[in-house]
Amino acid sequence: MTEAVAAPATAPAPLLTVRNLTKAFPIKGGLLKRQIGSVRAVDGVNFHIEPSETFGLVGESGCGKSTTGRCVLRLIEPSSGELNFEGKDVISLSGESLRALRRDIQIIFQDPYASLNPRMTIGAIIGEALTIHGLAKSRRHYEERIVHLLETVGLQADHMTRYPHEFSGGQRQRIGIARAIAVEPKLIICDEPVSALDVSIQAQVINLLEDLQQKFGIAYLFVAHDLSVVEHISRRVAVMYLGRIVETAPSRQLYSTPKHPYTEALLSAVPIPDPSVKRKRVRLKGEVPSPINPPSGCHFHTRCPIAKDVCSKEVPPLKASDEGHLVACHFR
Amino acid sequence: MGNYLLRRLIVALPSLLGISLILFVLLALAPGDPFGELASNPNVPPEVREALRIKFGMNDPVLVRYVRWLVAMFQGDWGFSFASRVNVDTLILQRIPTTLYVVGTAQILALAVALPVGVLAARRPYSIFDQIANTFAFIGFSLPTFFTGLLLILIFSVNLGWLPFVYRADLQATGWQWWWESIKQAIMPITVLGLYQAASYTRYVRSAVLDVIKLDYVTTARSKGLDERKVIVKHVVRNALIPVVTLVALQMPTVFGGAIVTEQIFRIPGIGSLLISAILANDTPVIMAVTFVFACLVVLFNLIADILYGWLDPRISFR
Repeated sequence: MTEAVAAPATAPAPLLTVRNLTKAFPIKGGLLKRQIGSVRAVDGVNFHIEPSETFGLVGESGCGKSTTGRCVLRLIEPSSGELNFEGKDVISLSGESLRALRRDIQIIFQDPYASLNPRMTIGAIIGEALTIHGLAKSRRHYEERIVHLLETVGLQADHMTRYPHEFSGGQRQRIGIARAIAVEPKLIICDEPVSALDVSIQAQVINLLEDLQQKFGIAYLFVAHDLSVVEHISRRVAVMYLGRIVETAPSRQLYSTPKHPYTEALLSAVPIPDPSVKRKRVRLKGEVPSPINPPSGCHFHTRCPIAKDVCSKEVPPLKASDEGHLVACHFR
Repeated sequence: MGNYLLRRLIVALPSLLGISLILFVLLALAPGDPFGELASNPNVPPEVREALRIKFGMNDPVLVRYVRWLVAMFQGDWGFSFASRVNVDTLILQRIPTTLYVVGTAQILALAVALPVGVLAARRPYSIFDQIANTFAFIGFSLPTFFTGLLLILIFSVNLGWLPFVYRADLQATGWQWWWESIKQAIMPITVLGLYQAASYTRYVRSAVLDVIKLDYVTTARSKGLDERKVIVKHVVRNALIPVVTLVALQMPTVFGGAIVTEQIFRIPGIGSLLISAILANDTPVIMAVTFVFACLVVLFNLIADILYGWLDPRISFR
């Protein structure tokens, strides 16, 4: 289940290493509101992100990919596991050092409408981060920085004094990005950054994110449910199902030769923009089981076309099948 | 902004005129008049009563009397109280400071309790603190002021004898003694009124903060590395205040009305008890003037609410 096996020896030291990350939300019930169970939103997740790379995290809604992203920033406290960022143990940070971490790791949210304070000007929203981390030496420097950031994301200097409601969804997402890069982070958690946008705007924002990565060498943890977007932007992709990673592989490899039956089913659901091409569709039966009471053994065995007895008894480890290609299945 | 204010004030005029007309006609059509009591007095012959009615123009058509009242009003003549035998404006000006003192302090107390308690309760919903705050809020607005008022009087005035239960505007003491006395006599009415208001404000603040605290921009603020206290004050409370401001501003006139009960219990010589005694005495000019003052307060506080809105929420502009 260790990933170190897969990482080539020559690879640079990872920026972020996530080991056995688990987040269980308690369920309280009954007269005395005692804990009667828990939702294991994230269940022993392992991955690493290298500097300046994009790591995609895909899965159906509710599979725990957003929770994973937020745990990395400690916006949600993980229940257990290890988080290592540049050699620092993220879990043990608190107070001042935790806030300092938030200079290095930033987040972009899915909903560009809800993620900007409606009562602050764009300048104040972007500038607040500069002030917190003491990144502006003088008033003039502060304003120059904001103007520069706005121009970097394709907005104009005079947008500074306006309020979020005066902008379109795409522009707001650019503001969110400007805010995130203001503190020169090394890693940005992109929590479905384009799913709320029109397709034409999606492309613009994706291109902007790629440009910024080239310019500033930022690494992205790109959380999304849109497989084609993730394929386009990511170098490596992990597929999540019910709180566990079932497959990790370099992007092209995952999309051309998926190994896990769940990944196969997921990929066969992506529409092909050519009506004459017929694809063999892998249809899954039933719904995603409840994470409150997930199936025993391999979480996927209830819907898996190739499941056997062993699947409901033993949890398949995430093991390397090819170079950098890890899969959690007993038969692949 | 200046333009906006001016336009709002101009718009307010017709509504005030309408309100005053309705009030006046209602009062004129209601049975009983200031000289009703004279009818049962054998020493006053009916002719004298009739002569008085003619002298004060009470036999004229309603609309004529309304126009006469309006003209006098504009000239600063608010009428004459038949019961107290002084001018109505003197009477109201005498009573207003007491009411403002009691009601105003009670409001400040209510907000001083409700804001921190509501915010803290919403920070950790369903925690022990939240449960306790909720329970007290529920008890607080379930108990009417006439009950809590009497309860306090029973405990602190009758049993313990610590506080006076009659509010006196004409305290005999001077200097420090005067301050001490006036604070002492105001404690109970302010507590009763303030805590009653605080109870409903607390629930309101809590739900307003709960609405905001889950929004993405609060998480954004946290992810910027802002410390928790600043996140709450700058990003949560300022946004959550918008609905609270409306509630408080629009409640103010109601509070003045609601204070009538409290004023009666503690015998506070405020504007509310003036209204009650005027109604009992059929003192039409006073009733008319006091209710009209209430109407002006409603219009005024609506305007204040709108201005505060624009200040709190940049999406609302003064157009």
